Amino acid sequence: MKQLFERLRPLFAVTDFEQRRTDLAFLHIPKDYAEMLIRHLRDHEGFSHLVFFTAVDYIEDGIFRLIYMLHNYATKDTLGVYVDLSRAEPVMTSIHPLWEQAALYQRELKEMFGIDFPGSPGVDEDFLLEGWDEIPPMRREFDTRAYAEKTFFPRAGREKTDPRAHMQAQLYPDEGEK
Amino acid sequence: MKNKDSMNDQELPNDGLTYPDTEYYCKTRPVPVAPQFEAMEKIRNWARANSLSVQAFGTGCGAVELRPLMTARYDAYRFGVMTSPTPRQSCVFIIGGYASVKTLKRIVVSYEQMQNPKFVVALGSCTVNGGMYWDSYNTINRIDYYIPVDLYISGCMPRPEALLAGFVKLKELIKAGKCEGANTYAENFDWYKANQKKIIKDWNMPDYNW
Repeated sequence: MKQLFERLRPLFAVTDFEQRRTDLAFLHIPKDYAEMLIRHLRDHEGFSHLVFFTAVDYIEDGIFRLIYMLHNYATKDTLGVYVDLSRAEPVMTSIHPLWEQAALYQRELKEMFGIDFPGSPGVDEDFLLEGWDEIPPMRREFDTRAYAEKTFFPRAGREKTDPRAHMQAQLYPDEGEK
Repeated sequence: MKNKDSMNDQELPNDGLTYPDTEYYCKTRPVPVAPQFEAMEKIRNWARANSLSVQAFGTGCGAVELRPLMTARYDAYRFGVMTSPTPRQSCVFIIGGYASVKTLKRIVVSYEQMQNPKFVVALGSCTVNGGMYWDSYNTINRIDYYIPVDLYISGCMPRPEALLAGFVKLKELIKAGKCEGANTYAENFDWYKANQKKIIKDWNMPDYNW
């Protein structure tokens, strides 16, 4: 897959090539060129399958990292394309012209992370969270536990034990804390 | 409830509906049904307990337990338990584990469409106190704040044997005349509705579906 990276490097601003297995590699590309690169990979390098498309919230770095996972059936290679978006302006080019099913991923990302994909079909409709009016729940600054305790009438009496200490007391009560 | 009669006169607001729909749905509240004389109720409860129709609505991971339960392996028909395809033809509602807010909306619609008397079996830890999803942003913690529950079966997941034991217990409760969930719902209708509306924020259905 190193040859693939060498072929791409004169054409696109790809950086940080990382080979994790013989058939699995990752590379980074700036936001503005990502759609072009993915189109090139699909049409000219045989990466015809969009395996998945998701995002990770790196709140410390102030970015959302989009991950496009592409698969090549001929060579059985899998390539992950990392695209960093600023958390302040999470807008990305839609890839639904390349793969129709990407629209569903993008609808989910809009709802769960608040990343907008202008022009993607149905991107503003509710997907799983009907009538959600807080910040998107998969963002790391969203306090899930506080929200649940505020909203869902928690039942009193829930106890929490450390699994290790609990099993130690159950199985080896004489040995004490190690 | 204190002034039950004056409450029943009030019409439901049906705020969530827009114009043509407001004409189609009823504004009447559910009304508690007082038991008739005792001997008759005993016969009826005996009959109710021995022909339970389970609504075929899987509301969580616990719904997978219903397949072995109803088919040849555990064969719940031995116990007089059968399945029915629609809410209007069923009397037992099994809440199969965790319920997200989106599912809860469908649960409320289905529960209200079931005819009296109706019984709710809450399956799994998630219905008791949220289970392993207790701090999730989208999973309700206790189902009894939204619909009345007659019987809990704890576990994660309970096996079909536990469900069968639950059905035996449910029959005992019905025969003893303790399963009055539909009346509880009608009497505390405002409280249940307020709880439901607190978390179902896009309320676009009638206040009482029947």
